Amino acid sequence: MQDETPKPYTEGPMHSTSPVIDPGLTFASVTDKISSIVLKRKTSLAWFFGFAISFALFQLMLLAMTNLLFVGIGLWGVNVPVAWGIDILNFVWWIGIGHAGTLISAILLLLRQRWRTSINRFAEAMTLFAVAQAGMYPIFHLGRPWLMYWLFPYPNTMGIWPQFRSPLMWDVFAVSTYATVSAMFWFVGLIPDFATLRDRARSKPFQILYGMLAMGWRGSARHWHRYEMAYLLLAGLATPLVLSVHTIVSFDFAVGIIPGWHATIFPPYFVAGAIYAGFAMVLLLTIPLRRFYGLEGFITMRHMHNMGKVMLATGLIVGYGYIMEAFFGWYSGNKYERFMIWNRMHGPYSLYYWALILCNIITPQFLWFKKLRSNLLALWIISFVVSIGMWLERFVIVVTSLHRDFLPSSWGMYQPTQWDWAMFIGTIGFFFTLLFLFIRFLPMISIFEMRTILPEAEVEE
Amino acid sequence: MSDSDRHINFKLMRDHILALQDSETPRSGKKYWRSLEELADTPLFREFVEREFPQQAEEWHDPIERRTFIKLMGASLALAGLSGCVFQPPEKIVPNVKQPEEYVPGKALFFATAAPLFGAATPVLVRSNEGRPTKIEGNPDHPNNRPTDFPPEDPIRDPRGSSATDIFTQASLLSLYDPDRSPTLTYREDIHTWTSFVAEMRSILDVQRPNGGKGIRFLTESIISPTFGALMKEVQAALPQAKWHQYEPANRDNALAGATMVFGQPVNTTYRFDLAQRVLSLDCDFLAPTLPGYLRYSRDFMARRRITETNKEMNRLYVVETTPSNTGAMGDHTWEVKPSEFEGHARMLASLIGLNGTQVGGLGYPYGGTSTPWAEAVAKDLLDHKGASIVLAGENQPPFIHALAYAMNEALGNAGKTVFYTDPLEINPVDHRKSLGDLINDLNNGQVELLLILGGNPVHNTPADLKLSPELLQKFASQKESNRCVHLSEYRDETSEWSHWHVPAAHYLESWGDTRSYDGTVTIIQPLIQPLYEGKTAYELLAIFTDQYDRKPYDMVKSFWQTQRNQGQVQATGAGTAAGAGRQAPAAAAVSTQQTIQPTPAPAIPAPATPAPAADFESWWRQSIHDGFVANSAFQLKTVSLNSAWANNQTPQAQQAGAGTFELVFRTDPSIYDGRFANNGWLQELPKPLTKVTWDNVAVVSPNSAKQIASIDNNGGATKGREHYVPLVEITSQGHQVTAPLWILPGQPDGVVTLHLGYGRRLAGNVGSGKGDSELVGFDAYKLRTQNAPWFITGATVTNTGRDYPLATTQLHFNLEDPKFATEERDIVRSQTLEEFLHAGSGEHAEEEKHGHPTLYPGYDYKDQAENAPNYAWGMAIDLNNCIGCNACTVACQSENNIPVVGKHEVVRSREMHWIRVDTYFRGFDPNQPEGVNFMPVPCMHCENAPCEPVCPVHATVHSAEGLNDMVYNRCVGTKYCSNNCPYKVRRFNFFLYQNWDQPTYQLMRNPEVSIRSRGVMEKCTYCVQRIQNAKIQAELEDRKVHDGEIITACQAVCPTEAIVFGDVNDPNSRVSKLKQSERNYSLLGELNTKPRTTYLSQLKNPNPQITSA
Repeated sequence: MQDETPKPYTEGPMHSTSPVIDPGLTFASVTDKISSIVLKRKTSLAWFFGFAISFALFQLMLLAMTNLLFVGIGLWGVNVPVAWGIDILNFVWWIGIGHAGTLISAILLLLRQRWRTSINRFAEAMTLFAVAQAGMYPIFHLGRPWLMYWLFPYPNTMGIWPQFRSPLMWDVFAVSTYATVSAMFWFVGLIPDFATLRDRARSKPFQILYGMLAMGWRGSARHWHRYEMAYLLLAGLATPLVLSVHTIVSFDFAVGIIPGWHATIFPPYFVAGAIYAGFAMVLLLTIPLRRFYGLEGFITMRHMHNMGKVMLATGLIVGYGYIMEAFFGWYSGNKYERFMIWNRMHGPYSLYYWALILCNIITPQFLWFKKLRSNLLALWIISFVVSIGMWLERFVIVVTSLHRDFLPSSWGMYQPTQWDWAMFIGTIGFFFTLLFLFIRFLPMISIFEMRTILPEAEVEE
Repeated sequence: MSDSDRHINFKLMRDHILALQDSETPRSGKKYWRSLEELADTPLFREFVEREFPQQAEEWHDPIERRTFIKLMGASLALAGLSGCVFQPPEKIVPNVKQPEEYVPGKALFFATAAPLFGAATPVLVRSNEGRPTKIEGNPDHPNNRPTDFPPEDPIRDPRGSSATDIFTQASLLSLYDPDRSPTLTYREDIHTWTSFVAEMRSILDVQRPNGGKGIRFLTESIISPTFGALMKEVQAALPQAKWHQYEPANRDNALAGATMVFGQPVNTTYRFDLAQRVLSLDCDFLAPTLPGYLRYSRDFMARRRITETNKEMNRLYVVETTPSNTGAMGDHTWEVKPSEFEGHARMLASLIGLNGTQVGGLGYPYGGTSTPWAEAVAKDLLDHKGASIVLAGENQPPFIHALAYAMNEALGNAGKTVFYTDPLEINPVDHRKSLGDLINDLNNGQVELLLILGGNPVHNTPADLKLSPELLQKFASQKESNRCVHLSEYRDETSEWSHWHVPAAHYLESWGDTRSYDGTVTIIQPLIQPLYEGKTAYELLAIFTDQYDRKPYDMVKSFWQTQRNQGQVQATGAGTAAGAGRQAPAAAAVSTQQTIQPTPAPAIPAPATPAPAADFESWWRQSIHDGFVANSAFQLKTVSLNSAWANNQTPQAQQAGAGTFELVFRTDPSIYDGRFANNGWLQELPKPLTKVTWDNVAVVSPNSAKQIASIDNNGGATKGREHYVPLVEITSQGHQVTAPLWILPGQPDGVVTLHLGYGRRLAGNVGSGKGDSELVGFDAYKLRTQNAPWFITGATVTNTGRDYPLATTQLHFNLEDPKFATEERDIVRSQTLEEFLHAGSGEHAEEEKHGHPTLYPGYDYKDQAENAPNYAWGMAIDLNNCIGCNACTVACQSENNIPVVGKHEVVRSREMHWIRVDTYFRGFDPNQPEGVNFMPVPCMHCENAPCEPVCPVHATVHSAEGLNDMVYNRCVGTKYCSNNCPYKVRRFNFFLYQNWDQPTYQLMRNPEVSIRSRGVMEKCTYCVQRIQNAKIQAELEDRKVHDGEIITACQAVCPTEAIVFGDVNDPNSRVSKLKQSERNYSLLGELNTKPRTTYLSQLKNPNPQITSA
């Protein structure tokens, strides 16, 4: 079997034929390498440092939330006419970030994109944590958050059901379903790895903990058979959700009659934007992690390339969306739409709009160049800029549309307050807190799946 | 004594404080009393006791035992406490209108009284819920409020009397319950009793009596109350040397002086706007509540602009003014001129009307001896309508302008037809500045020993160079140990601070009294509630200086009127002085003598529900209180003749301004008047007409001047996203200086700065004074005002400080960055000329019909499910032609619906809570030359296809079976989606707990029929659903449908011009249906297919073709 001789792993400018895994790895070394991060490797000072900062910011979030509950959402900068500010903006932003995970896990699984295996676990975790951040906003943006359960259809003595015509109602279902399915998908994917950790853990408590999480996994053929069936089914379930969640989130705006919201283009353009933002965030986190934990063998330049390409593609869709928004504004002949576009470009928030164009349309064009796609620093910077750009996009949609709508008499301005920022920074802290715990206590790359893509696993049929 | 002991041992603490005070302020001679015990040892107290309790006096001559004293005090306190449990006053007060057979808890009673806030009084009906006044309405039965006779035979005409009031009257309810009102009588800082105060006054009186009260001075504001006048007469008879001074910052000096110049006597002028076809206002803002009679005038004036099936004619208003005003906004032609050039314009108009050279003082035209075409056109138009026109002069304008206006009315033959003269309303009309000057002279010369300031706040509002300053009062106090200054006022304000005695004044809803409305009709003021604090009336203070020093206000007022009646001063029957005389007789006369007047058939004014006057006084008294006015008590019309030589009494012409300097125009503030309402949150937060600024006064300049002063465009900081920040400028005039935020107002004449008085109060209360001296609310424009130039000053310099200042404004619309996207295109306010309308129609209605409203869903037919009969379908029509932008609807709504005040900080963040707002739009593209101003009241539209309804995830805002867009507060979780989706942005959100739940007085004030909204819920206009329900319940009990006009929303009730009409749109005969059938009817943003239930009628203007074509 001369042909099967592993090709040497090379770092540097890559091409599509570069491997998705370092060919020098074996079943044993894969398992060793990944599980050792959790089990053997000494927790580094840097981890503690990063965790401490994240945890501190997480406390800031708790402070902001507590204050909010006691004093009222007047602490935020929202007002009339801008009754939704960076609260809803952040909700959409986080939800968008949460899209890459499921897309990578489910859709790429169904499309048999094998390269996904190295990053899916991590991306799923990111999804889950991002959705957790997103989920908090719709609750805390309520005037009376303690009554949020009224949005759920539960039998009650008041005899009232929620109003099913409201997009916010749809949001409740979309986001909660998405969170549930993502969590299940993630957990199911972890089961065989939990078993590995259980078997390899050296301390009793960890053996018990991982043992419980492994749910009695023994790796029998029957287990594998059922497992793969379940995983595929979950993937099938999750796939439409990738499209539905952000479609429904976009309905929050598209159903409204405010110029700048009321647009049929929103669902596809929001989904593309979400994937765009999601991949940017995956790259943003993967590049340093890969370096730090020496995972270059698992997450190869092929992954970087592919993710760069996905970003480029979705970025172009998003750019098309912006252009179409402006075109519709002009072509519709509707005075309010025309003013809306004019106001975005020349109004008090025009800086945000042009920054958004720069971040989201101009910046990703660099990804056309293979050289830049291969430069990790460039890729990281582009991802960072895109993440900011996507935040700005939501700002432009939510705030600039609201602040000047139909009657000039009720026009106003919006300025986020320190509590807005505290909550936002706090959620970032919470997100990283969870992420740090995840990389410390769970295998951030799927061990068993990585083994399936090793050359060793290639079976002559 | 250790510090730790001090707080537990009261006596030790007292001794300590007394010792400290003695050591810190060693006084020679007599000490100030610090306590009742101390007081008790003085001869003064013994004397007082003898007087007060002669039969027990001997007990008190014994050496005072502390225990005895405490016992007696305790007993009297307990008794006082008992009476304090009763809210209603002990005297008999008479409920009006909806009088239940028996007292039904939960059912409101209405009492007639009058609001004597300033100027003439406003007759009101006050709603009382369980003894608490909760809402003020106008008294529709009052002769002043009878329906307008014009247009005749109009199906849309409201046959009922008007229940309109103004913002001040509405907001006076909040003042009643203001927790910052002064609660107790004090001497310096110490709390004292009324009896101790009376005792001291009586002892001073004993000293003063032998020399005829030489050292006693009374300082009041303008006094209208007849009883007060009689009491003052009584006091002056007993103390002939005592002097009565009057000062009010916004007085009627100019009008009265002008009348004296022309007629040789001061007169009160009343107008018949319903008979006037042409009106020329010389800087007179008669559509603002500062002019007595404003309610009647604005209603009549606007009635004359109502185009109906039968009436196709409209009056025409010319306004020449020095700063944009509501009246200017209503003008068919408005010219803004500098104050220094105003007199020239007035003279020009006068001479064109035919006043000859000597009459106008021989002075020529302002523009090099020629008249301008527009002035000729105005003069011609006025001459064409002799006897059917009115010329008014503003209270701010110097006497000469008033004299000119009087003379012009004479020349135009208006006197006796549209313009009438009566005796002045004031008991004793004096020149306020002179009166104040005399007092200050006397104070300086040490001729005053007792100064009684009854109302007013002279320390704050006297002119800068004639100030009743703290220094002066200090000097006065130090002239003689026994000198005393007494201040009666509702608040412990700047004047109280420097007075010895501060006596809390009773609110008018707490006290008996009497007053007159603009035509002299008397209203007996009856209280609805016992004084919440220890409020006293001016009557009681005056009574101290008479023989019967402990008379109650009720007895004083009643006995005064009994005397009047016995003397035949108040006629029991017949016309003569009838209020109707001014309204009926001239109408008939006008028809017979002047052809140009619209034929007015003898108006069938329904007599107020007044049975034939009874013979005995008691029933007359009862009747008068019940009705809210004394029948036939209006002043007799006076015939005055023009003094031929009046023009010889020339006032010096206003000096010309130097180059680079500015002219200042002072105006009373549109919200807080002269500062007396500074602590009223409703008024502070009320967006001022035109500027929409709240919580501040500003230096108003034109866009050109702003560029000159601060080199800013009309955009200001808008593009930077700092729309709330404006430059701070320093204004210097005659050595005085203030720092003021600059505000650009389109239409303001260049080189003129308008400053509003009343702000910068240091001791107004928690609302009106900010947080301490450094953070005052607004700036004090009185600092620039001088006695010789009370309203206009030339030669002021304005410099930019380079600092910014945040202003709380509710509307920033005039910052239109690009004409391409201007309001015009949005078609929000529709306005056309009468000529266009009569020729082409407005086409609004046709357009609406044509567009149709395609929908997949069948419309709801608003039918009664059981009987398949039409159900109610509530709707509203707002006639933009009639809206004068007075804001009364906003305050009335706030009062009716328990809407909280949010404070400046929250308004800056666009979180004001008003359910109905008055939007202001400037027409035209050039901010320096706006073509006009439009006002648009915006309540909830109650859309048929309400965008807010489907987006609420919890069904908190739902459509009712009568078409109301209901808001269910308890169901609201606060997603705010509805507000985002509302194209009219009429929804308001409780971002914080805005309502003050803890303040007990506010609890008394609130309307019990409207929920108090908590934090985190959305709220908005409900069409006053509580009033709808009340009427429906009543109708159901009587087994009938609700009559048209039975439900009057709060905004509709208060509207002086009847611009708002509410009713059942399912009933084709209702007024609202008829208005909606009008050609002028249109839906705001109708193209959104929201199908609003609130629709608007477009505005009509009636410009002079000779001017527009020129």
